[in-house]
Amino acid sequence: MGHAVVAEQLGRRFGSVVAVDAVDLTVARGEIYGFLGPNGAGKSTMVRMLTTLLLPTSGRATVAGQDVVRDPVQVRLRIGAALQDAALDPKQTGLELLRLQGRLYGLSSSDIKRRVDEVTPLMDIGAAINRQIRTYSGGMKRRLDLAASLMHNPEIIFLDEPTTGLDPISRTRVWDEVRRINQDLGATIFLTTQYLEEADILCDRVGIIDRGVLAAEGTPAELKRSIGSDVIIARFGGDSEAAKDAVGALPSVQRVSVYENELSASVTNGAGSISGVALALSQAGVEVLELTLRTPTLDDVFLRVTGAHLQQDKQLEQADDQQDGASEPAAEEPLK
Amino acid sequence: MTTTTVTASGIRGKRAGFLRDVMSLGGRALRSIPRDPESIIPALVIPVFFFAVNVGALQDLTERLPGLDYKAFQLPVAILFAVTGVSRANILVMDIQGGYFDRLALTPVNRLAMLLGFMVADLALVLALSVPVLILGFIVGVRFESGPLGVLLFLGIGGIWAVVYNGFPYAIALKTGNPAAVNTSFLLFMPAMFLTTVFVPEEALTGWMAEVIRFNPVTYLLSGLRSLITEGWDLREILRALAGVAVVAAVSMPLALWALAGRVRRA
Repeated sequence: MGHAVVAEQLGRRFGSVVAVDAVDLTVARGEIYGFLGPNGAGKSTMVRMLTTLLLPTSGRATVAGQDVVRDPVQVRLRIGAALQDAALDPKQTGLELLRLQGRLYGLSSSDIKRRVDEVTPLMDIGAAINRQIRTYSGGMKRRLDLAASLMHNPEIIFLDEPTTGLDPISRTRVWDEVRRINQDLGATIFLTTQYLEEADILCDRVGIIDRGVLAAEGTPAELKRSIGSDVIIARFGGDSEAAKDAVGALPSVQRVSVYENELSASVTNGAGSISGVALALSQAGVEVLELTLRTPTLDDVFLRVTGAHLQQDKQLEQADDQQDGASEPAAEEPLK
Repeated sequence: MTTTTVTASGIRGKRAGFLRDVMSLGGRALRSIPRDPESIIPALVIPVFFFAVNVGALQDLTERLPGLDYKAFQLPVAILFAVTGVSRANILVMDIQGGYFDRLALTPVNRLAMLLGFMVADLALVLALSVPVLILGFIVGVRFESGPLGVLLFLGIGGIWAVVYNGFPYAIALKTGNPAAVNTSFLLFMPAMFLTTVFVPEEALTGWMAEVIRFNPVTYLLSGLRSLITEGWDLREILRALAGVAVVAAVSMPLALWALAGRVRRA
């Protein structure tokens, strides 16, 4: 049994803009693979190529063993996909949408009824399935989108930013469903995300994409281990080059990077190194504003391979705060 | 949250086939019609309005022409006003903008069915819209010399005309994905419907108008439809009407197919 997804030097240009640049990757069957990157990194372009919506301009890819350029229909029969923003017809009811999805995949009426019965518990929306989709909350739409993508029992499911814009409760529900689909059905999941936490918690392996290039790949643990056992973060005021040189000269420091007024040092023994880092900065004439010791995160990995933070988690937290403060009905209730 | 177990039922997808794709998407487009009443109401009101105004204003004047029954003369105009430009192109634009078009494109559905499904729904809708206008005609005394079969042909030609004309708004919808651009297809409606024998018969027109109407396919369409009411089965007039529709189809359908091909080209 081959790989679920294979991309070889896969690339896509839009005029002079290179959206995806010669990406090589393989996704094993039964795996949850996360494609992590900021907005505009090339995640959606990659998904659109793998799901046959967009032709590559270079390289090749197979999905479920079928070539995405030569055999797009065979690919479509084997995949399910939930694209960004829950692409649904607001004037259909949830049930009508699921039935139509089944008909377009050639299912018989009895098979459609059976599959509707099987996938609707995923949605957890009860009688709202008979309401028009325009009355659904964001979380309900995402779950309906996910259920629609499952109607024909696909081998591989592509989820393009499945939780972007959702409140924390809805996000957690989607994560639960993704895990359940993966574990109960054995379906391979290829998901894109801009959320570090999502990639860390949900994915067996993560590929970090930045400006169209696959910059790093591995399990979340492997990627974090590549940083070192501990990370010391120093917020400072003063000359960043002096700060970097002073800390980089310490023997316990494996790697050091500076982003704006924040220094990040990978060390083998954080507790034993933190005082040395503080002293080195002080001796270099750099004012230390804050010193933190923690274990590595995928953001540290992202910083190392791209030179910048993936800051969307902060935006997510802000969005969460706004949602928490809003008087909108709990996102799981249909809007009246 | 409710804990659920997703079961692997062994059901797998396959290609549904062209006809089933068309019927499935046509059914979906038909279901959207009663949920979108604002797009239908003008198509019911406008033809009745024009029929009443034209007959009220021009009947006495025009019926000075020998043998002219102006109500019969105006009924085909009312039908064309009812059906021309009535399309689901606005729904197609919403599909494109909202991403549902992509969701459909992710399925193994036949790409042509993604357009024909809408056109099937349009045909059903315009036939339904024609019925009340036709009944209005019967109420005011219009009778078909061609009999019941002539009535069916009259409705059929009107329906085919509507589908053919709708190639233009669908082409614009598929090419631009822009609702404002789709509305500009109304600009085609004006010369098509007014630079013809919409108010008076051909022999009453003079000057440039008499010349221009000869180049408008709608002139021959109206003439053919009128012949079914006033003449009976005049094969020459019917063929000329169908030829007029075919001329428009030769432009609108390739445009719509070209726009569809561009939209699903994956480039």
